[in-house]
Amino acid sequence: MAGAGGGGCPAGGNDFQWCFSQVKGAVDEDVAEADIISTVEFNYSGDLLATGDKGGRVVIFQREQENKSRPHSRGEYNVYSTFQSHEPEFDYLKSLEIEEKINKIRWLPQQNAAHFLLSTNDKTIKLWKISERDKRAEGYNLKDEDGRLRDPFRITALRVPILKPMDLMVEASPRRIFANAHTYHINSISVNSDHETYLSADDLRINLWHLEITDRSFNIVDIKPANMEELTEVITAAEFHPHQCNVFVYSSSKGTIRLCDMRSSALCDRHSKFFEEPEDPSSRSFFSEIISSISDVKFSHSGRYMMTRDYLSVKVWDLNMENRPVETHQVHEYLRSKLCSLYENDCIFDKFECCWNGSDSAIMTGSYNNFFRMFDRNARRDVTLEASRENSKPRASLKPRKVCTGGKRKKDEISVDSLDFNKKILHTAWHPMENIIAVAATNNLYIFQDKIN
Amino acid sequence: MFARGLKRKCVDQEDDGEGALAGFGTIPSYSLQRQSLLDMSLVKLQLCHMLVEPNLCRSVLIANTVRQIQEEMTRDGVGQGAAPQSTGRAPLDRLVSTEILCRTVRGPEAGCPVPDLGDGPLQGPLPEICTVDAAEVPRSPQSNPWEMDSPRESRGSFQKSLDQIFETLEHKNHSSMEDLFSDMDSSYYDLDTVLTGMMTSAKPGLCDGLEGFAAAAPPPGSTCKSDLAEVDHVVEILVET
Repeated sequence: MAGAGGGGCPAGGNDFQWCFSQVKGAVDEDVAEADIISTVEFNYSGDLLATGDKGGRVVIFQREQENKSRPHSRGEYNVYSTFQSHEPEFDYLKSLEIEEKINKIRWLPQQNAAHFLLSTNDKTIKLWKISERDKRAEGYNLKDEDGRLRDPFRITALRVPILKPMDLMVEASPRRIFANAHTYHINSISVNSDHETYLSADDLRINLWHLEITDRSFNIVDIKPANMEELTEVITAAEFHPHQCNVFVYSSSKGTIRLCDMRSSALCDRHSKFFEEPEDPSSRSFFSEIISSISDVKFSHSGRYMMTRDYLSVKVWDLNMENRPVETHQVHEYLRSKLCSLYENDCIFDKFECCWNGSDSAIMTGSYNNFFRMFDRNARRDVTLEASRENSKPRASLKPRKVCTGGKRKKDEISVDSLDFNKKILHTAWHPMENIIAVAATNNLYIFQDKIN
Repeated sequence: MFARGLKRKCVDQEDDGEGALAGFGTIPSYSLQRQSLLDMSLVKLQLCHMLVEPNLCRSVLIANTVRQIQEEMTRDGVGQGAAPQSTGRAPLDRLVSTEILCRTVRGPEAGCPVPDLGDGPLQGPLPEICTVDAAEVPRSPQSNPWEMDSPRESRGSFQKSLDQIFETLEHKNHSSMEDLFSDMDSSYYDLDTVLTGMMTSAKPGLCDGLEGFAAAAPPPGSTCKSDLAEVDHVVEILVET
């Protein structure tokens, strides 16, 4: 797929053939700030897809059952529930606003008919229950059909209320609110494999919660220096191991990852493993530290690997090898010579996320100009695709894109200087089992499917 | 001051203001680039301390960058009290376009930064590519201090205020940068305090202004949200337009 100029990808083998499926969101050029999507997450079955936005809203899409009479048409995602998760708040003590932007959503594994998810803004985590109601009771004794109380003296006979079907109603209700535990901005939440606890991480601390208990949390990592003047490193992301409920990792702004075991001590300030790649002295610049800052860390589904995203690359680490990653994939190396401009306009601080596919054979991350990158680990191939309204015909194949770095620009290539740095894809998600991906492009959510599915 | 028409590596369509640079040869010196980066970083840090709630990660990364530059400058024995005026170069050098910092030895198509608007996102510090959150950097495009189109006079005076900042930093020791993070939890960042500190010709520069931060208690009933008029005022002061 790489190097296939402007043509389509050859089918066969492990090659993906991505096609447009759906796009959600307003078409207007004028983007309302509140509509900017800030997180995207599939649930464990992939039937539900949640997005959070800067306005504090959560929108959940549900995959429709496939239509048997048209076996080639995939199940589409349609709106299932929309609710306001967080509201803007004001911290009177510090005279600062607390944004309602949803930083992360994490689903809980499903245990009964209802669905549960955790959503968080900078300061407060909420557990939401999303449940369906499709029946209602009729024939109450004490109430009329319209709810008015009946005069008890008028009741002459008793009847048993019967359940009648009604239009499906999806209700979201906040079941727990986990507040006041973070002085700094929450950047990550992660549900533990025990399904009872979860962690929340801010710039300097990580807390462990029990899902049932809101008035207490345990601090398990604290990197705040006694003297804040000595602060040189912050926590950027954290995640629990998918199978070992005592293990979690957290990444830092200096490009390091620490793996901690909660069995070793109550406060996990001392790591069990420390992952850091030695710096290449030949490429050192004043921006080296900034671009090494890790913006996302994700365990593979197998639990054997983890992936980190820094400004220019994605790295895959084997948990058994701390001194260097086993794979490094360049996302947009052509930006290396532009770092100064990107520093000046603050783009260098953009936090891109990354994700694995269900089988851990491929990884995906976003870039600028509404481009996103996919790396096939087995075939050692990568492709650049674009999320745009122009390529939005149903089931239209996505054409690989190419950025030209200098010299002659071929047809269909785009030059580095023409890239739109306002169109950044920070959030992407991959269906846990199928080749369906969700890509958030500012205020639009694109869903792509693999034709060969 | 310097002969125009000296051979430059890249095509330059600028006016007199830019012609002065021609005298320095093709690529500005490393120390010039470094100085420029330091200045830019300091401006960024100031701005982020004035706003709603600073993004701690960003602040830490910028502060670390500043520290690195300072350390290197100290190792090189640069800037012993020295304001760039003493080097004898035109004050314009200090405001070298940031694009130059990114230019390493490149081929002909690298081209000069033509600061006219509309050239594509990375040609110089154009406002339309500014992707900083609206909440974070409320600059108005015209007042971008790095824009090379600004008249010489205004650049000169902005130049002076940066010198003050730089001087103050040079004279203080390393720990001065850390003042930025003191009282992080409960500081009220007063825009006026910093600017007052910056603009008076007596010693106070960046750090004094920031010490003012730590000491200031939040005035009752006020919020950190600068209203737009105040921000415009700030930016005006910065560029002396």
